[in-house]
Amino acid sequence: MSIQSCVEVRNEWDIVSARQLGRNMAKELGFGTVDQARITTAISELARNIYLYAGHGKVCIEAVEEMGKKGLKIIATDKGPGIRDIRKVMEDGYTTSGGLGAGLPGVKRLMDEFSIDSSVNVGTEIIATKWIR
Amino acid sequence: MRIPILKMHEYLLISIQVELDDQTALQFQEDLLKRIHDTGAKGVVIDLTSVDMIDSFIAKVLGDVVRMSKLMGAQVMLTGIQPAVAITLIDLGISMREVPTALDLEQGLDKLRLELEE
Repeated sequence: MSIQSCVEVRNEWDIVSARQLGRNMAKELGFGTVDQARITTAISELARNIYLYAGHGKVCIEAVEEMGKKGLKIIATDKGPGIRDIRKVMEDGYTTSGGLGAGLPGVKRLMDEFSIDSSVNVGTEIIATKWIR
Repeated sequence: MRIPILKMHEYLLISIQVELDDQTALQFQEDLLKRIHDTGAKGVVIDLTSVDMIDSFIAKVLGDVVRMSKLMGAQVMLTGIQPAVAITLIDLGISMREVPTALDLEQGLDKLRLELEE
């Protein structure tokens, strides 16, 4: 069974709501302070990407359990313009916003698992998981 | 929401104790520059002890305000960055290399005083 909570992202304040939700869930699940900060920051970056590039989307946070491991999964989805060249956005230092976001490589480093699925003019889904050590 | 800016002699002291949303961060940037202008402050300490997360946007706003203040002739010092925040910033790929920092408010003020005396 999984518990999922979502925040709709339409404006800057929703970014704050999304990361507050993430921090609360990370705390409840028993993540340490450093991982709480990592998760909260990853959510903030993903929510900001939605706000900046797609305008509207949602961030869902889910408690997951797999082979005795407990973790937290972030699912960020939008129906925005999509990403034309995924390899390029995964390069450190690549930006189309003039450096507003740290970009996806940073989010990948903050989390344990990271996957991205995007189609031009259809949207983007990013799933990132952190396991409790 | 406004972040209070306290004046002490030729210094301005700020302790950020709220969850920073974009508007609050940008408003703070503007308020601080105005206070520097109005008071002629030479040094500014921004204490981040209570801040448990800095994302790329907040990092950019903080880095910018340091550079903007420098343009006006005031030296800014960031203090009290938590271990978890430091780890996360480096993971993210943000080094804030050119931003002066100190462990806590006390050391920050000492460092500023030394630099301003030079």
